[in-house]
Amino acid sequence: MSEGWLGRDVISILDFDREDLEVLFEEADRMKSLLANGSVPKTLSGRIVALAFFEPSTRTRMSFEAAAKRLGAETIGFTSEEGISVAKGESLADTVRMLDSYADLIVLRHRYEGSALYAAEIAVHPVINGGDGRQHHPTQAMLDLYTVREAHGVIDGLTYGVLGDLRYGRAATSFILSLGLFKPRRVYLIAPPSLEPRAEVMMLIERLGIPAVKARLEDVIGELDVLYVTRIQRERFPDPEEYERVRGAYRVTPSTLEGAKRDLIVMHPLPRVDEIDPRVDSTPHAWYFRQARNGVPVRMALLNLVMGGGAS
Amino acid sequence: MRSPDGEEGLVVRKIRHGTVIDHIPVGRALSVLRILGVSLTGPHRIAVLINVESRKIGRKDIVKIEGLEPRLEDLDRIALVAPTATINVVRDYRVVVKRKVEPPREVRGILRCVNPTCITRQEREHVTPRFVRVSLEPLVYQCVYCGSLLTEKEIVEQLTGGVG
Ligand SMILES: [Zn+2]
Repeated sequence: MSEGWLGRDVISILDFDREDLEVLFEEADRMKSLLANGSVPKTLSGRIVALAFFEPSTRTRMSFEAAAKRLGAETIGFTSEEGISVAKGESLADTVRMLDSYADLIVLRHRYEGSALYAAEIAVHPVINGGDGRQHHPTQAMLDLYTVREAHGVIDGLTYGVLGDLRYGRAATSFILSLGLFKPRRVYLIAPPSLEPRAEVMMLIERLGIPAVKARLEDVIGELDVLYVTRIQRERFPDPEEYERVRGAYRVTPSTLEGAKRDLIVMHPLPRVDEIDPRVDSTPHAWYFRQARNGVPVRMALLNLVMGGGAS
Repeated sequence: MRSPDGEEGLVVRKIRHGTVIDHIPVGRALSVLRILGVSLTGPHRIAVLINVESRKIGRKDIVKIEGLEPRLEDLDRIALVAPTATINVVRDYRVVVKRKVEPPREVRGILRCVNPTCITRQEREHVTPRFVRVSLEPLVYQCVYCGSLLTEKEIVEQLTGGVG
């Protein structure tokens, strides 16, 4: 039974169930057509959204900002450089208390795992996790699932490959776990041995009954309906030498995709470095730009549901 | 009178007042004593049996402490390092309380997250660490904030080693 969205914190994708996400996706569909018609009602007029980004982010922050403004809300907050100076003097707890007193909702990105949950315990207003360290990135998972649904019409029954840094990459982890809310046919985990999912993530994969198996891309490419590629992020590595060993360990090119199904979609949370050859961009497999464009309608839907903007 | 389970004929006098902690996993007897704050050099009279046979858990340790009853708040800590332990409180040579410890479902404080970038490890934030039990055998806890797993070995080290 869905708890409904109003006033909820958004910390982990696993805080939600399938029914919640279906409500969100329908709302995102509605937002998308309102955007296309240029007729978005200002349902959040007079409301303030705080964007507290302690870590660098362009896409997530700007798409939240665009989403809030489209719905008529004002935004306040800071970006990473200012965030760092905030971080120098003040505790996260005090910063959250301050923002909570100014705004109706806080979107937080922070490099410490658990920061969003902690902020949600302190704040009276809802907190949306815009990424906490290597742990969760629930709104990315929401727009990723929405993109799969858009491309294939369904999320269930598909075969997924998740390629890249499955250990430190929060987008990949959140995406894999989000599939536990649906019924994928199979989920291939494709990662260098040092970047396989952490023990607690493997535990959740098992508990959620996600049909996940480790694989090599060349062995499974012909089975995939979705190939989710992620960047290897240097800052997630405790050991710089480990980073040097795995960077460039994989790259998706037109020849990688030769044996793929015609309707395979390639996704990437962006920005990419060199994991996807630009020559893939012009193939029908390239879905990462459409995926990125879904960031605004999905976050509009999320803000509207959590802040109770309603339909008018 | 029959010798209690597993003492293998080792002669240990019965205690008059005090505590017998039985079914301690092998090698953890001294950890249990440390949690109880019992010093090996006094004032309590202590018997420690290490690696004796047990019908229940194969091999086990036992400790007997004359003149000491565990405080309620010690029980959770004992359960964390010796999840199979049974506590017998003895008064006038009779067992008046006998209970199995149970590792708590949730632990607040006491333990420390192993992940240095967990919010609970940031001194400036003053977050009380919180863990939930995710497995009983072996004992595994999970940090509520960052999801990291804490193994039985790490728990024993934290509660009885140099950490914390
Ligand atoms: Zn932690």
